Amino acid sequence: MLSLSLIAALILTSAAVALSLRNLIHSALVLIVTWLGVSAFYLWAGAEFVGFAQILLYVGAISMVVLFAVLLTRRSMDEARVQPSSLRRVIAAVLAGGALAGVLAGAVLSTRFLPGAGRPPEINVRQIGLQLMGPHAASLLLVGVLLTVALIGATVIASSFERDDVSSDPDPRARSRGRLPSNSGDSHV
Amino acid sequence: MTSPALSLFNAPFAALAIPGPTFLERAPLELRDWFVHLFPAPAQWLVHHLITIVAVLAVFGLFFAFLTIAERKLLGRLQNRLGPNRTGPFGFMQPFADAIKALTKEDVVPAAADKLLHFLAPVIVCSFALMTFAVLPFGRHLIPLELDAAVLYFFAAGAATELAIFMAGWSSRNKYSLLAAMRALAQLISYELPLLLTVVPVVMLTGTLSTQNIVLAQGGWWHGVIPHWHVFTPWGFAGFLIFLVAALAETNRSPFDSPEAESELIAGHLTEYSGFKYALFFMAEYFGMTALCGLGVTLFLGGWQAPSVYLQFIPSYVWFGLKLIAMILLLIWIRGTLLRLRIDQLMRLSWKLLVPLALINLLNAAFWFQAGELGGAFAIARWPVSIGLAVLPFIAFGRRLGRGLGPRTYRYAP
Repeated sequence: MLSLSLIAALILTSAAVALSLRNLIHSALVLIVTWLGVSAFYLWAGAEFVGFAQILLYVGAISMVVLFAVLLTRRSMDEARVQPSSLRRVIAAVLAGGALAGVLAGAVLSTRFLPGAGRPPEINVRQIGLQLMGPHAASLLLVGVLLTVALIGATVIASSFERDDVSSDPDPRARSRGRLPSNSGDSHV
Repeated sequence: MTSPALSLFNAPFAALAIPGPTFLERAPLELRDWFVHLFPAPAQWLVHHLITIVAVLAVFGLFFAFLTIAERKLLGRLQNRLGPNRTGPFGFMQPFADAIKALTKEDVVPAAADKLLHFLAPVIVCSFALMTFAVLPFGRHLIPLELDAAVLYFFAAGAATELAIFMAGWSSRNKYSLLAAMRALAQLISYELPLLLTVVPVVMLTGTLSTQNIVLAQGGWWHGVIPHWHVFTPWGFAGFLIFLVAALAETNRSPFDSPEAESELIAGHLTEYSGFKYALFFMAEYFGMTALCGLGVTLFLGGWQAPSVYLQFIPSYVWFGLKLIAMILLLIWIRGTLLRLRIDQLMRLSWKLLVPLALINLLNAAFWFQAGELGGAFAIARWPVSIGLAVLPFIAFGRRLGRGLGPRTYRYAP
């Protein structure tokens, strides 16, 4: 129980620190500590495969995505400026937080907890593979498609970086005209 | 687990069943247990684990020291010079002189640097590189930590390298360091894919992620002389070659050492590091190389298994060490022979050659396994088919990769 409380404290503290830091790179790096805490929790629960997969994917891959995203927004070197709070921001925050809390509460409430500490089931990698390829094949494929879409989207955003000056144009119509090739769209006028 | 003497007794080589190997096999464990029992019972588990950690640190620390001198001497010979030969007998004390030099050097930190991250990067890279040794089976009974998901653990611990490189490049507050870190990351991420894809067939066929079980699955000999190592199957051989190339790139070894090309980039993301911090990065690189070679030995070269049934009297950890040293010497030889690749050639090699080949190799391994299950004529027919599946894609993709680069023509002035 002590180790569980320590892990929970690590996760919560690092998440709070990540939220409060003004330097985005520091935030992202502290967020990685949070992910390590989550994997420590999986290891504590005896889910070795999930625990190491969490480290491999989150610390190895997703952290890179986050850090690259931060660098691409060009805010890395200076402190992030926080806009004054407005009603829109409050509503958005409440909506996002509420949705997440709803999903988590639903998951917690619908889980059937076994009374007392059960023996962890003996799971080998063959069973995990069969489970992933059989009953969970659809969700696996969906995750794959989602990641591919995210990758392509990131490539598109990164490769259209030189059009940045156009997109900062306040008038959206002007922006769309500016993006179109000059010989199209005007013929019917 | 059956002792080697017992398995020898069952084989028709009973004359070789001497008690020697079992004692030597267990000698390190007996030594550890003797030492552990010197302590009171409550502290024994702690001493037990600490001793394992100290042993790994001591063995691989010394291994690293002598690896550097071996590499420098061998490279010297390959380049027709002597190499270091002034410190101690034959220059073998050179690594210790280097360590003292690195420790006493001034540690320069840029004024604008992010001090904490600048300090943490070498610490992280070195500690995580050492953690990978925990799951390598060095002998029949010698494995620091037996995990069910050992292969996953190995790559999870290795994932921190990328993070450390980013931290090193970013915290230096030097745009060239940051650019170089991005290049290094691009290389690491690109080669992580073929590396993992070559490990997948091994896991698929043995049905386990435990390194010890993977080694055990490669036990046995064909007619007592040809071992059942994965490298002696077509998919295993192709996988081993891809693994070797990807491992070279993952550990920034020549010919893939463009992230810290000394002559062009003044060590890339390590430009702002000096003194012992630089030495830590250097150490981490060699630890990473040793650990990846150890994993290659475990996955493809039969780990601690002896190459022949007649050679089992030599303890298993000696075999592991010999294979490890052989593989590292091969890497040093490659470093002394091949030229550094340009960054675009390097990326093309990974994405256009190694990744497709590794994916085809995965299918090849699946075919090999299924044909073996069917048995009979399939077990024989799988050899030519599998060799074809390994060689033909290599020729096809290799030709596509080299198209337009053709043989170089030399024109001389008349």
